[in-house]
Amino acid sequence: MASVFNDDLVQIIDLTISYSLPCSAPVRAVDHASLEIHRGEVIGVLGESGSGKSTLAAALLRLLPPYALESGSVMFRGRNLPTMTELELRTVRGKEISLISQDPALSVNPVIRVGDQISEVVRAHLAMNGSKRRQHVEELLRAVGFDLPRQIYSAYPHQLSGGQRQRVGIAQAIACRPVLVIADEPTSKLDASLQAEILALLCEIRKRDGTAFLVISHDPTIFPGLADRIVIMYAGQVVEEGKTADIFRRPLHPYTQALVRLSERYFASVPGSHARFPAINGEAPDLTRIEGGCRFEPRCPERMQVCTNCDPRELTPEPFRRVSCFKYGS
Amino acid sequence: MGADAHIAGNSLPFLRVCGLTKHYVRRSGIARKRIPIAAVRGIDFEIATGKTLALVGSSGSGKSTVARCVSRLERPDAGQIWVGDTDISRLGNHDLRSCRSEIQMIFQDAVTSMNPRFSAAQIIEEPLLIQGRGSKEDRRTRAQEIMSEVGLAPNSADRSVMEFSGGQRQRLAIARALALQPKLLVLDEALSGLDLSTEAQITNLLLDLQAAHSLTYLFISHDMALVAHLADAIAVISAGRIIEQGPTAQVISSPNHPETKALMAAANAFQKNYADVLGGSR
Repeated sequence: MASVFNDDLVQIIDLTISYSLPCSAPVRAVDHASLEIHRGEVIGVLGESGSGKSTLAAALLRLLPPYALESGSVMFRGRNLPTMTELELRTVRGKEISLISQDPALSVNPVIRVGDQISEVVRAHLAMNGSKRRQHVEELLRAVGFDLPRQIYSAYPHQLSGGQRQRVGIAQAIACRPVLVIADEPTSKLDASLQAEILALLCEIRKRDGTAFLVISHDPTIFPGLADRIVIMYAGQVVEEGKTADIFRRPLHPYTQALVRLSERYFASVPGSHARFPAINGEAPDLTRIEGGCRFEPRCPERMQVCTNCDPRELTPEPFRRVSCFKYGS
Repeated sequence: MGADAHIAGNSLPFLRVCGLTKHYVRRSGIARKRIPIAAVRGIDFEIATGKTLALVGSSGSGKSTVARCVSRLERPDAGQIWVGDTDISRLGNHDLRSCRSEIQMIFQDAVTSMNPRFSAAQIIEEPLLIQGRGSKEDRRTRAQEIMSEVGLAPNSADRSVMEFSGGQRQRLAIARALALQPKLLVLDEALSGLDLSTEAQITNLLLDLQAAHSLTYLFISHDMALVAHLADAIAVISAGRIIEQGPTAQVISSPNHPETKALMAAANAFQKNYADVLGGSR
C-alpha cells in the first residue's frame, strides 16, 4: 500500500455509514464500500436515488450529520479524514477537496455578490492582498467561460441563469486549485444543451490543472468522454467497477447491464416508435429492512438459488475490474 | 400552416390551439409601473386523438406557459384553445369545471403538487369528490382500481404520500390525473429528474395507458432523445414562439432551425462520446 501513496489521492477502505434517528430504524446508506482515486483521474459514481452515492461524497468532505455512525477508513493523501479535528479539516475543505453541488442556487448566499463569495474561499486559504485576490477571481471567472468577468463579479446570484450559476459554482470549487473536486449531480438540474457545456468545462479544467474529479450521477450517459473509471452503486454497495469503455462495452453485473441497455435505448429506437423501454422491474430495496442475500436479487432477471441467501463476494474477473455477482463465481 | 395537416393525419384533431398569447406583468420602479412581458406569442398547434405532441424547448422558452394555458390554470390573453368544438380559452370558473375532467395535468415535481397530509387514496379521490362523482364507497373502489392500473399496490392506499418513493409518487400523480377519465394529459416535464430505471418504467406506463384509453398527450420536455422515442409530432419552442414543427421523424432527421439543431446536438452528444469510447481503447 505504502508504495503507491504518491499516486493515490484517496483510499476509502471498507466504509460503512448508517444513519440512526430515534424515530426510525437505522438506515445503512453505505455498506462496506471501498474506492480508490488516483491523482488527476476522473471517477464516475453511478447510482440511483438511495444508492449511497451522496453519502460517500459527504464522507469525503466530512459533512456527515451528527447522527451518522461510521466505520472503516477514508484516507486522503496518507491522512485518515475521520480522525482529523474540525480545525484540521478546515485546511482540507475548499483547499484540497472541494464540492460542486447539484443546485448552486441553494449553495450560494443570495445577498452577496458572486465575486465576493468566490473571494471568500480564496481569502480563507491563500495569502493574497485585496487587489490581487480580485484579479485572481476575475481570472477564475474567465477560466470558467465568462467573457465579461468584471460584470459577473458584481452580479447577485438571482441575476444569473442556472447555467451561469453552475459556472460560478465551478469557479468557486477550483479557486484554490484543489487536488480533488467532488461534483454531486453537476448537470441534473440543467437543460440538455447546457449539460454538454458544463461537462466540457469539467474536462477542460481536468486537462489544464490535472485536478482529480469524483463525479456523482444517476445518469450513465454523462460518463463517456468524461470519466476514466466508473463505480456502480446499488443500495449502498459497490456492485461493479471498471474502465468506462469496459463498463459500456461489457457490463458484467445484471444491474449495470440493464442501465447500459437503457442508456443505449435512444439511438436504437425508431423515431416515434412508441416501443416500450427495456425497464428494470421493481424498486430498490428499503434500506431499513435489509436481510441477507444479493440486494439486486428481487429485480434480477438472472437470479439463482444462491442469490437469495448469500451475500455475493467481490470478484476480480479481469484486471482493473471488480464485480459482486454469483454469475462470476463465489 | 402546411405542417399542421401532417400532424392532424386523417382524424379530427382533439386539441387545436390557435394564436395563443400570454403576457405576464412585471412591476418596476418606485411607481410600480406595469411592464407586460410576453411569455408566449401566436402559438399554433394541434394534436389528433390518441396521439402525442412533444413541445420541446430550453428553460425560459415558454413551454410551461403553454401547458398552463392549455390546462387552463392560466387564462390566455389572446387566441383560442379548441377541445373538440368548444373554445375553452375564455371559459369562466363554472364552465371550466366540466372541462377539467377532460384535461388533466401532471407536474415535474409530483410531491409538491400533493397535500403531504393526505393518504394515497385521498389524493386520488379528491378530484372525484370535487366533481361530485359516486358515493364514498364508489370513490374508494375507483381509487384502488386506478392504483393497481398504474402499478401501485392497492393495499398501500392508506399510506401517506411521504412514504412513497419518487417513482411511486409520479405513479400516484398519474393515478390522480386518471381518476376523472380525462382524454388529454398535459405532462409538464413529468419525467425529468427521475432515475433512469424509474424514467423507463414511467414511460412504459404512459405508453400502456395511452394504448388502453386512447389518451392524447401534450408532452413538455427539454430532452430531445426521450421525445424522439415517444412523440408522434414535435413542436420546438424558443423565446415564446414555435420555431419548427412536424412529424417526429422529419424534425429529428432534418432539423431546420438552429435552435432545433442545438437541441439535437445535445441529445446526440452521448451517442458520439459513446461511440468514441467504444471505438477508442481496443
